[in-house]
Amino acid sequence: MLHRYPKRVAVIMLVLLAIVATFPLWGPTLFGSQSDFMLEKLTLMVILALFAMSLDLLVGIVGLVSLGHALFFGLGAYTLALASPDFDPASMWWMLPLVMLVSAVAALVVGLLVIRTKGIFFIMTTLAFGQMLYYLISTAPFAGGTDGVFIMFRPDVTVGETALVDMSDPHTFFYFCLGMLVAGFLFLRWLTRSYFGQVLDGIHDNEHRMQALGYATNGYKLVAFVIAGVLAAIAGMLAAMQYGFANPAQLGWHTSGEVLMMLILGGMGTIFGPILGAFAYEILLYIYEHLTMHWPILMGLTIIAAVLVLPRGIAGVIIDPPWRRKATSAEEEETPDDKASARPVTQSKEG
Amino acid sequence: MSQEPILVTQGLTRRFGGLVAVNGVDFDVRPGEIHAILGPNGAGKSTLINLLSGEIPPSEGQVLFHGKPIQGKSVRQIARMGIGRSHQKTNIFPRLNCLQNCELAARIHMGGVFGSWRSRQRAREVGERALEVLETCHLVHRAYTPAADMSYGEQRQLQIAMVLATAPTLMLLDEPMAGMGREETVQVTELLESLTDRYTLVLIEHDMDSVFRLADRITVMVDGCVLESGPTEQIRASEKVRDVYLGRHHEEATA
Repeated sequence: MLHRYPKRVAVIMLVLLAIVATFPLWGPTLFGSQSDFMLEKLTLMVILALFAMSLDLLVGIVGLVSLGHALFFGLGAYTLALASPDFDPASMWWMLPLVMLVSAVAALVVGLLVIRTKGIFFIMTTLAFGQMLYYLISTAPFAGGTDGVFIMFRPDVTVGETALVDMSDPHTFFYFCLGMLVAGFLFLRWLTRSYFGQVLDGIHDNEHRMQALGYATNGYKLVAFVIAGVLAAIAGMLAAMQYGFANPAQLGWHTSGEVLMMLILGGMGTIFGPILGAFAYEILLYIYEHLTMHWPILMGLTIIAAVLVLPRGIAGVIIDPPWRRKATSAEEEETPDDKASARPVTQSKEG
Repeated sequence: MSQEPILVTQGLTRRFGGLVAVNGVDFDVRPGEIHAILGPNGAGKSTLINLLSGEIPPSEGQVLFHGKPIQGKSVRQIARMGIGRSHQKTNIFPRLNCLQNCELAARIHMGGVFGSWRSRQRAREVGERALEVLETCHLVHRAYTPAADMSYGEQRQLQIAMVLATAPTLMLLDEPMAGMGREETVQVTELLESLTDRYTLVLIEHDMDSVFRLADRITVMVDGCVLESGPTEQIRASEKVRDVYLGRHHEEATA
């Protein structure tokens, strides 16, 4: 059934989660003094995985290819940077809702304008909105222009006077991000399996038919667009906390393109695929950057190879491993009777 | 048959550039009848049905459904008014299973998606309705098969099931037997026959045997115009129809 995967998917994801979550235990022995740096890298991967997942709702589930998704990522970063007090940490209690509210309003406005367009026009209009905000921010004095804005203190989570979570501690922040990723994943998994998700699948398969059934498809697409925007903004906020600044590059089409490559690498429309894609992309990037300064060539070749060899990304290999496929097709050949009884009407088509 | 027609067209015309696809068609559908539209390829049958379902706007004239014009309404609004249609091309959701396809159709007519998020009661009703139409269409054994894995004939039946699930007061079926084998055609004809007492149908179909067996009334179209319209017996006996349509059809077949 759609959005239900073999058990091994859950097993693999849980094992990977355990490996990532226990990094503070095995990291220092493996990387030594580099461990702190590696933890930062890992935190960033977790954040980008959340970002990639949010785009998957649009691209993989609804079938709307957006080249402007970084708009919301950057918006989350800038909302945090500009709303934070200069010499005090902001409170997470209102910062998170604020980021969500700002991005939801922005996604609603942009969505209302772009959702009517289809195919290449949707790609172009989302790109246009992304670039509009990019140029606005990179020339705006209040947002620090091309230098961006620094964030002196990460928001804190306090009840009364006691700090519940110390965000400035890299370990705590890492677990906070990981928690957000898991929460985001569970939310999207629930959403895609809900009736609402079924409507999105229907729109992906055949929007015209959905309208003929009586569905106001634009409304559903808009809701998905807003949800994706809000999740991306949360990822952007976390990224800004991690870097310690908000920068125009976070909203440019480069970022949108990169996250799209993570989707392609990981496997679109599966929600868990983009998480793997984000990790794979960042690990490859790290390796290639250390090999050569011409790393974009290597990355480009990798993406091309991935598209050719793994058309459904890493997720496709896990869901439907090539070696298993051979095994099942051999089985089918052995029992032609089953096959014939499963499709009783096919042979009468020539008649 | 003296009841008020549920759908009436007045001087319905549609042009595509210089081509007049549908030319001044006056046509009506009475409740409970099967009204078949016959005609050679290019006669404007599909265009007419697209006009009736609001998928394309007419150049002139209008369509009245229950006495109200459907002009200016979107496809989904017209669908919600009670006109359900199936398309000539197989038009299902291949990744969803058979039951989900029907649930999707039933749900929008039973309060929509957001309302049923919380209501278990409505979710059950939607499920029951979906199963009911699968039963009508003899597809219950396929309920959990992804639509993409079903045979062509079954997919066509599923399409009819989905239209039924939306509980339409008028069903527009565009060549439901297109591309089917003999056996499947008979099956679908029987299915449509079983619906006659509950639904009003407008049917485009090439299969003459099925049309003559099913239809209460037939409208024959040639080059966008109505050649003749009347009870099945009248059309069957009509010289004009025989010459223009059946004659040509036979020539094609023998050629």
